[in-house]
Amino acid sequence: MKAVYKRELKSYFDSMIGYIFIAFLVAMNGIYFLFYNLLNGYPYYSYVLGAMEFIILMAIPVLTMKCLSDERRSKTDQLLLTSPVSLPKVILGKYLAMETVFAIPIAIFCLCPLIIKANGTAYLREDFASIFAFFMMGSVFVAIGMFISSLTESQIIAAVGTFGVVLVIYLWSGISSMLPDFLTDNFITKFLPDYTVTGILENFTSYHLFDVGGLIFYLSLIFLFLFFTIQSVQKRRWS
Amino acid sequence: MIEVKNLVKRYGSHTAVDHLSFTVEKGQIYGFLGPNGAGKSTTMNIMTGYLGATEGEVLIDGHDILEEPEKAKACIGYLPEIPPLYTDMKVGEYLSFVAELKNIERSQRKEQIEKVLNMTRLKDVENRLIRNLSKGYRQRVGLAQAIIGFPDIIILDEPTVGLDPKQIIEIRELIKELAKEHTVILSSHILAEISAVCDHIMIISNGKLIASDTPENLEKQMSDAGTLYLEVRADKATTQTMLSEIEGLGTWSIEEKEGSCVATIAEGKKADPREELFYACAEKKCPILMMQYKKASLEDVFLELTEAAKKEAEKAKNSRHFIGHGKKKEESREEAKQDESSL
Repeated sequence: MKAVYKRELKSYFDSMIGYIFIAFLVAMNGIYFLFYNLLNGYPYYSYVLGAMEFIILMAIPVLTMKCLSDERRSKTDQLLLTSPVSLPKVILGKYLAMETVFAIPIAIFCLCPLIIKANGTAYLREDFASIFAFFMMGSVFVAIGMFISSLTESQIIAAVGTFGVVLVIYLWSGISSMLPDFLTDNFITKFLPDYTVTGILENFTSYHLFDVGGLIFYLSLIFLFLFFTIQSVQKRRWS
Repeated sequence: MIEVKNLVKRYGSHTAVDHLSFTVEKGQIYGFLGPNGAGKSTTMNIMTGYLGATEGEVLIDGHDILEEPEKAKACIGYLPEIPPLYTDMKVGEYLSFVAELKNIERSQRKEQIEKVLNMTRLKDVENRLIRNLSKGYRQRVGLAQAIIGFPDIIILDEPTVGLDPKQIIEIRELIKELAKEHTVILSSHILAEISAVCDHIMIISNGKLIASDTPENLEKQMSDAGTLYLEVRADKATTQTMLSEIEGLGTWSIEEKEGSCVATIAEGKKADPREELFYACAEKKCPILMMQYKKASLEDVFLELTEAAKKEAEKAKNSRHFIGHGKKKEESREEAKQDESSL
């Protein structure tokens, strides 16, 4: 697992993807931070994260697109699958590498509340909890992206597919409110609007609630999609 | 060492590997030989645990590849058809990644990499990006990847593709060197290569194992099927009577040319009828223009066996499938034939 993790992490920084991903997130964060907090004097950094939600929808697919699809296209999956490392470990190694890349801009985000603090009143607890929730939501998207990347050989399809799926997740509360009544009566739509992926982050950023149930929901989704990824790679060996 | 029992791999209605069974003993070089699309790579992929078999089992050193994959895979070094290289890495980096992946102890890694680099003559390109290497070098990096850690079994799928003649000889030497302590299995559709290095040949056609023996035995098996070509200046009728007077010949056919006849005589009971033919012609006063005796080479054995297996498979298939399906099969057969003619 360690070998896969190290190689994967290095490959993000051997190519431009890692740098572009980090630079893009940090730059966008800087713009929102400048306008909301520095120029308008709003003391909650978590407000910026609410806006950053849409930005990571675009950034995550870039991070995850080549994860497994490229491996399959260049046939290097043959090396991984025939080496004495179990598949869950390979997948976990790859996932953790992507998480590490994603954690770098998140670590930089952590400076923002401190900058606010240096210039006046800050709500550090709320802000750091929000950053953590934001990271967890991003991790869900990374897991989804990895799963979609395992379904195809083309990076482009993986990226577009991931963007499509996370966009639907992002818009879900809007979509479900527009569904006709006979659909909203059933269990699924009654359950989902209360527990949308973005709704949980909102609980942190807008209402300053530490939504433990929501975090467990995130963790379950991550676990589920990692499981799906393993199954999708396994399935290919048998078809 | 390796036991393959009743291996079947189906892709939809296409059967790539059809009830294949064989065992591999320690310390020998085994060669998988077969025309393109015979199922060599599929078999190797199943043996190394990359693909799952539809039926059957593979035991590596007593470990089932599906039930104890980690233990079984630890005994194998595998070079697939397309070397699994990360082109954005340097050769040295890549090999140390593979070494770590194969659980080689940290203290031994450096020494192992050094040894493998020397064996495959990659020392000069150690610090170059794999992306910038030529096909031959990439193939050698793939080979280095397979032999690092020196596993008991080394499986090479067409190891000399894309190499120049000098490199091919080097690789053959290397394989022979490796076989002193390891079991090597390699595949190829090139006969000369297999017969040059292998102790044991397995001929595969249409997913079936149709022959498995040492190269010498295979040749011996077919040696009584030699052919004699005889060209005499005579007409067809004279040649016909002349040949029928000699006893112990196999079946023959006669082709008339301008002023001469060419007889193609299959070898029969008599081991070598050349002398008798000479005297018979001399008696009839028909000058012999050409007489040539051709023993079956390994190549003939290969062609004959694979052709026969293919025809059989076709018969079985045509009786089972629709006409449209049969057409497709015929196309693929033609393709296969072209491939063979380029041998």
